[in-house]
Amino acid sequence: MILDSKIPEGPLAEKWSRHKFNLKLVNPANKRKFTIIVVGTGLAGASAAASLAELGYNVKTFCYQDSPRRAHSIAAQGGINAAKNYQNDGDSVFRLFYDTIKGGDYRAREANVYRLAEVSVNIIDQCVAQGVPFAREYGGLLDNRSFGGAQVSRTFYARGQTGQQLLLGAYSALNRQIHAGKVTSYTRHEMLDVVMIDGHAKGIITRDLKTGAIESHEGHAVLLCTGGYGNVFFLSTNAMGCNVTAAWRAHKRGAYFANPCYTQIHPTCIPVTGDHQSKLTLMSESLRNDGRVWVPKTKEIAEKLRKGQIKISDIKEEDRDYFLERKYPSFGNLVPRDVASRNAKQMADEGRGVGATGLAVFLDFADAIKRLGEDTVRAKYGNLFDMYYQITDENPYKQPMRIYPAVHYTMGGLWVDYNLMTSIPGLYALGECNFSDHGANRLGASALMQGLADGYFVIPYTVGDYLTSLGFKPVDKSNPAFEQTRLEVEENVNKLLSLKGSKTVDDIHKKLGHIMWEYCGMARNEEGLMKAKGLIQELKKEFWNDVTVLGENEELNLSLEKAGRVADFIELGELMVDDALNRRESCGGHFREESATADGEAKRDDEHYAYVAAWEYTGDNQPEVLHKEPLVFENVKLTQRSYK
Amino acid sequence: MSETTMNLTLKIWRQKNQNEKGRFVTIEAKGISTDMSFLEMLDVVNEDLTRKGEDPIYFDHDCREGICGMCSLYINGQPHGPKHGTTTCQLHMRSFHDGQTIVIEPWRAAAFPVLKDLAVDRTAFDRIQQAGGYVSVNTGGVPDANCLPIPKVKADEAFESATCIGCGACVAACKNASAMLFVSAKISQYALLPQGQAERWSRAQAMVEQMDAEGFGACTVTKACEAECPVGIKLTNIARMNRDYFNAKFFKEETVHH
Repeated sequence: MILDSKIPEGPLAEKWSRHKFNLKLVNPANKRKFTIIVVGTGLAGASAAASLAELGYNVKTFCYQDSPRRAHSIAAQGGINAAKNYQNDGDSVFRLFYDTIKGGDYRAREANVYRLAEVSVNIIDQCVAQGVPFAREYGGLLDNRSFGGAQVSRTFYARGQTGQQLLLGAYSALNRQIHAGKVTSYTRHEMLDVVMIDGHAKGIITRDLKTGAIESHEGHAVLLCTGGYGNVFFLSTNAMGCNVTAAWRAHKRGAYFANPCYTQIHPTCIPVTGDHQSKLTLMSESLRNDGRVWVPKTKEIAEKLRKGQIKISDIKEEDRDYFLERKYPSFGNLVPRDVASRNAKQMADEGRGVGATGLAVFLDFADAIKRLGEDTVRAKYGNLFDMYYQITDENPYKQPMRIYPAVHYTMGGLWVDYNLMTSIPGLYALGECNFSDHGANRLGASALMQGLADGYFVIPYTVGDYLTSLGFKPVDKSNPAFEQTRLEVEENVNKLLSLKGSKTVDDIHKKLGHIMWEYCGMARNEEGLMKAKGLIQELKKEFWNDVTVLGENEELNLSLEKAGRVADFIELGELMVDDALNRRESCGGHFREESATADGEAKRDDEHYAYVAAWEYTGDNQPEVLHKEPLVFENVKLTQRSYK
Repeated sequence: MSETTMNLTLKIWRQKNQNEKGRFVTIEAKGISTDMSFLEMLDVVNEDLTRKGEDPIYFDHDCREGICGMCSLYINGQPHGPKHGTTTCQLHMRSFHDGQTIVIEPWRAAAFPVLKDLAVDRTAFDRIQQAGGYVSVNTGGVPDANCLPIPKVKADEAFESATCIGCGACVAACKNASAMLFVSAKISQYALLPQGQAERWSRAQAMVEQMDAEGFGACTVTKACEAECPVGIKLTNIARMNRDYFNAKFFKEETVHH
């Protein structure tokens, strides 16, 4: 199959308008003849489900949590970008487009990113109309702040809880449609497979987590809005339940997986304390607006500090190295996430890290408190400071925070065309689940933007074009594919339940996490990746030979839920390593040590790697086949990113 | 911050499913680090149980950042445990001491039936939101966001109500199992904002009526909900809800769309 991105003709700024005109429409009276399945109810899923139901389609939503409102979009803190230029500081749709393309290290499609920037302004209008309580100025208008990787203030926010407020907005729109009978919501349900008929997605198989019932659901189109796969690292800022299962099972049915090695390591997380750690907590990077990142100037001072021989306050100003300000004078503490993370790692590698483990750097608010006063700092970041205090028992108003990078977001995901359709007709991927808009590195406050852009303003247009091609017949539920797929899922569940080894699922998951973090984390090289591939293959055998899964299917079963997800993570982990091996260049979050500039910055190889790597599954334990979608840049000049 | 370890005695509610009777089971938790979160402590206990071939304890949790509202747990008689203004996932073991006995129960309320062990069914909350917790606008066709200036004080007040995470601690804390703090937070958010005015009265009616239909109790102003709310939702929301509800019933009754 040749990858057709379906990017419309015409000048960049007109592509989306032209495309919308060319897409076929579904007559209002015919919309009710179609059913659309939406898996996942975060920003992308909830906004898509609500918008499609408003148009008249019948929608079924599925989430593994007890309520659609729990989806992990809720935890996004910092904000959402939009090219409103309310601050009169030189922002525009083109600038947001340019920043996003550049921030993604020129590994995203121009047309998709431009569309994202274009609809960003509509998102803010929509959310305000829903009653989302964004931060405001005293004059009553919306407030903005600046965010990593941008020199304009275009980020809208609701204290440090922007994701929560946006998700509750989308959830309210979804609730209205549930009340109207246009959406049926299935909670505590996990999607375990896609039903394929004549090469098209026609439904899904789910497991009811409460009863164990394995059910099939039919639909004319299936939208996967199931988030990212950061939990492949075991420790990440993702919620405990975040998983790749829906996307991975779709991949095994023919959806290509694009750029799996592009993972974002977020620079400002609370450092790991010990083996018991179950997840990592992000401190919004909005903190970098006012916090200054530093480590002791010398290894000796750092060592004394770690051993408790001196206090932080004993370190004189001239003995502090504000390394981001020193190395990147024009962006300073606001450099993009990948750059900030790598530099923190470098400090730790040099022995200048802080905290008991040495795997941390300081984020210091002393200057901000002096300049703005404690009350202003509290108003801006109060909930983040409280959260830090709760977790570490250290008061960030009195002493600098300790932070360290952690896995946060995955830019890779299911390959989609301009319409957000995967390589399986009728199967779409929205939000973090797809690969489309962030290239090799995502800018801060752009995930919320993309989730809502896809759900509110892209899919309602593009899905209709596909549906009109189907005619208006109901999906034939009696097609044997439904029962066949259901039985396969049942068989897989029973196979997991038969495993009675000596390891827990978490034992295996932690091992996988260590392999991924060590060899496919912030820095990667040929030798390490080769080693990781072998280790993952061994781990896969260990899982199927020596893991234990307790209980039965017909109940809430913690160990069964986890086992299925970890089995998929192991397979994904190997593909990530393959992808990282294939891409012998550094770009964004993918840093190949063999490909660096003289001063240690990521060095791209546009001649050989300006493409999207889309992987095709060919069978269990078979190598996946690589398909390349060339990236064409007509509106920006490819440059080596510089934030100096 | 210095890490130490301790041994604890847990009395945990175990219940196979919604239909069977539950009971307390005593489990010794040894070598628990003070740096662990409460849920990480339960993870350790569950790993031990699994290794012994015993069914791990089922509890709800997801983000572990105090924002998704999925975690619950009634710990030593308090929803979300002894620490003020925090969820169970943000509670750390340094709030406990070596040798302590910790009693862990699910939320107790008729409208929140126990599903298994410590997990309860909170879908009643969703149904209340579905009854009217929204502004009826479709996607698209809305005015520019800055066409509607909102005084900062009002916006901030609405935000304070909007931060409710929907965990249900208010219900668990209340001797009447009243959901009024939860319901009033959403009603208040919209009542305070200009966007919410068009449906203000019908919304209050619809949500209150659904709340009653779900079997939640009445409010007798003991303020237990406010005291236990992990995100500091204020009792004044209930006053506002009552005012709007009675206003709607007596003066502005509208047909509620069911």
